[in-house]
Amino acid sequence: MSLHFIEFELNGRTVEGMTDARRTLLDYLRTDEGCTGPHGGCEHGVCGACTVLLDGQAVRSCLMLAVQANGKRVETVESLASENGELHPIQQMFREEFALQCGFCTPGFLMTLAALDRTEPRPDAEEMRAALSGHLCRCTGYQGILRVVDRLAEERR
Amino acid sequence: MNEHTTITGARFIGERVHRKEDGRLLTGRGTYIDDVVVAGMLHAAFVRSNVARGRITRLDTSRAKDMPGVAAVYTAADLDRLNCSFSNAVFDMPGCPAPDDGLLARSDVRFVGQPIVIVVAESRAVAEDAAAVVEVEYTTEQAVVGIAAAKTGAPVHDGFANNLVNAQDSGPNDEIDKVFAGAAHVVEETVRNCRQAHMPMETRGLVVSPDGTGDLTIHRACQSPQVSALQVAQIFKLEQGQVRVIAKDVGGAFGLKMTSQRDEMAVVAAAILLRRPVKWIEDRLENLVAAGQSREDQMHVRLAFDADHRLLAADVDYDCDFGAFPYAIQSSASLVTPMFPGPYHLPHYRWKAQAWYTNTNGLAPYRGPWMLEMLAREIMFDVAARKMGVDPLELRRKNIIGKGEQPFQMPSGIVLTDVSPRETMEMTVGAIDIAAFRREQAEARKEGRYLGLGIANGIEPTTVSFGYFASDVAHVRVEANGRVTAMTTTFSQGHGTATSLAQIIAERLGVSFEDVTVVEGDSSRTGFGPGAGGSRQAVAGGGAAMIASDKLRDKIQRIAAYAYNASPESIRIEGGVITVEGSPEIRSSVAAIAQLAYAAPDRLPPDMELGLETHHRYQPPPMVFANATHACICEVDVDTGKVSILRWIAGSDCGEMINPGIVEGQIAGGVVQGIGGVLFEHAPYDEAGQPMAVTLKDYLLPTALNVPRIEYKHMCTPSSTPGGFKGVGEGGAMISPPTLVNAIADALAPFGKTWVEMPLSPDRIICGIVD
Repeated sequence: MSLHFIEFELNGRTVEGMTDARRTLLDYLRTDEGCTGPHGGCEHGVCGACTVLLDGQAVRSCLMLAVQANGKRVETVESLASENGELHPIQQMFREEFALQCGFCTPGFLMTLAALDRTEPRPDAEEMRAALSGHLCRCTGYQGILRVVDRLAEERR
Repeated sequence: MNEHTTITGARFIGERVHRKEDGRLLTGRGTYIDDVVVAGMLHAAFVRSNVARGRITRLDTSRAKDMPGVAAVYTAADLDRLNCSFSNAVFDMPGCPAPDDGLLARSDVRFVGQPIVIVVAESRAVAEDAAAVVEVEYTTEQAVVGIAAAKTGAPVHDGFANNLVNAQDSGPNDEIDKVFAGAAHVVEETVRNCRQAHMPMETRGLVVSPDGTGDLTIHRACQSPQVSALQVAQIFKLEQGQVRVIAKDVGGAFGLKMTSQRDEMAVVAAAILLRRPVKWIEDRLENLVAAGQSREDQMHVRLAFDADHRLLAADVDYDCDFGAFPYAIQSSASLVTPMFPGPYHLPHYRWKAQAWYTNTNGLAPYRGPWMLEMLAREIMFDVAARKMGVDPLELRRKNIIGKGEQPFQMPSGIVLTDVSPRETMEMTVGAIDIAAFRREQAEARKEGRYLGLGIANGIEPTTVSFGYFASDVAHVRVEANGRVTAMTTTFSQGHGTATSLAQIIAERLGVSFEDVTVVEGDSSRTGFGPGAGGSRQAVAGGGAAMIASDKLRDKIQRIAAYAYNASPESIRIEGGVITVEGSPEIRSSVAAIAQLAYAAPDRLPPDMELGLETHHRYQPPPMVFANATHACICEVDVDTGKVSILRWIAGSDCGEMINPGIVEGQIAGGVVQGIGGVLFEHAPYDEAGQPMAVTLKDYLLPTALNVPRIEYKHMCTPSSTPGGFKGVGEGGAMISPPTLVNAIADALAPFGKTWVEMPLSPDRIICGIVD
């Protein structure tokens, strides 16, 4: 087992540390950086609960090694709300649309939608729904999440 | 008592209030079980059987023990030193033969995934490394897989005469045979469901901390901290007060986390033996092979109708696969056969129910565990309608009961009250122009497109209150600063009970919703309560919170009346402000009254107890009935077998809704789980007892692309409970499968087949059409 030094930008701040080569980014974020927002739902890249942004792209942190984050920019769900606690507009919509119940999958949905929200040209509702098919939610039947997508698409017209 | 007696201030009950839980969950600051860290904590991993049935001939743990970072490697013999014995205090039924009570396999293995060895190490990775080098050899035996094999195969468990867990029936009934013999129409099929997994997005897990005196503090993903504590205490022969179970956020449960399994108790044992905190987080493979599953059951149904299509008799034979180590040793009859008659007139009814051991993952209750009654009955109504040449809706109209026909005793003995099956059905189908749909369907068929309409009716027995599930308690107090804290035995795994109960408490006390905090999730803080299970929290927890709040409001009124020389009846409490009717100059607050209650004994009425707190333990009726009718329009692609759902109407009568946003969330979640169960979700075994679905690439869940936009319709017939509430947690999961199956069968009617075996996955649909 080899130890590696890594340094990357996490939610706007530079962090550094040593990690075993085999550790996942998810494990590193949760254990070493205290970012417990990304969740390990399946640990094989299907459920999407561990989704974070790497250089602005939504990725599965359970399928990435921590060492692969070296020199990159990582954003987790903890970065979405403002410093004064004001929710990100997508978080606020999730609340208003009852788009979460247990909340375990929610950080993943939020990060994928947040990434799409910044993309140009901005994706339409169908493209957003297609992206969300990579996220599993067992509580809500996706009804509130689909209403959020409707609202995001509507806002963009 | 259907009327609210007093309304003080703003109404919160019935409002789509945004959830209190969301603030932390949306920002990634929830506390799920894997977020819990205890100083000095070690990590557990299991070695599990990779054969379905066999005898362990060699077990070598030496390499694992020698691995750096490994604290302990325990086998059954090690855990047996604790003299612990697995059982389920809440659900085991007396008289049923129980299998081996070991937490780990002692000598035989009985399903793939059965825990054999627990490894405890400094990290999860090291524990898994060490588990991987434990050597196990077996002699294998022919596995018993499936109900048919269970009936004839060798007993799964040593010393048993056969594989029967339990058998029950309704007794001799010669009359019914005559009814069938003389009936104008008889239909007969075996409806088979398929094995499904609960699949909460958070797997199981716990952190066990022994404190050195024999007491245990356990953080656990569970449905009730109190039930968890009870079971641990019983298994380890401790006093209940020695076990404190704490839980905060739980990532879904759906019945899976209602009771404890053997592997979880092995983690407790390891922590006790090591005298160190031990954490175990189940991985998804373990979750799929060993956590417990459900829905592997079948019902042979015979229905008799007269020439006018009135239902005369039903004769059902139910079998359920309990796996090797079910969550509890009990009957498969419990609610399946009693609820089969549903919302229909049924003069004659005979039933038989049997539960079977097999060499598979054990049965664990999954959202509406008795749902086969609804699936089988509603599918068979459509089979009968097609055979008799009558419209399925008209057949239901002819046989369904309405509001004016209650109390209504079902032939199984259950008495229905406060339900509206006929009215809810008409409300639901009223959302569809059925004549127009039939024209569209006929036109589409000419183009080779197959559209179908399905409906289903169901009665949901909620708040099933028996044994340990008989009551819930709420402690409500106004703090000295006027804010309200409630400690309740409700517990959310996504239910939003901290919101719903705060709505009730705020409304009944007359304070603002923001000022109420509901605290759940600690077995040491309240008395016993069963938490989530049986769709009980709105009624049982809500009833306790409502009555406790009313008692507290009464005390506030009496203190204020004494202070302001008024009558208690004249005291108005609204938004935390207190006014006195007829004395507009007086304006006080709940906070001011709280100050008096805690700190000014001389200003309280004589003999009044200090403080501003109360509790109520509420015992709901044995069952509170909700009902629903769902309707669905789908299109089946007969070239690919793909089913597209075009419309879904969910009509429900769940009484007074506390929070419609939360209610609709419960309905939607259940509906989509049921859709998954019909179209995608299946966890089969091969003949050797090897599980075929071991990842989320094999066990397919619905995604945002597969689900309809649900149209909700609400009917309100209040229950006879304090708030008029009913449960709503499981009905969606029970009624959506027959609704969808009936729509698919209607779409494929031109092919003349019956569709009674789940799942109706694309391959099965294509094969069914071609065969």
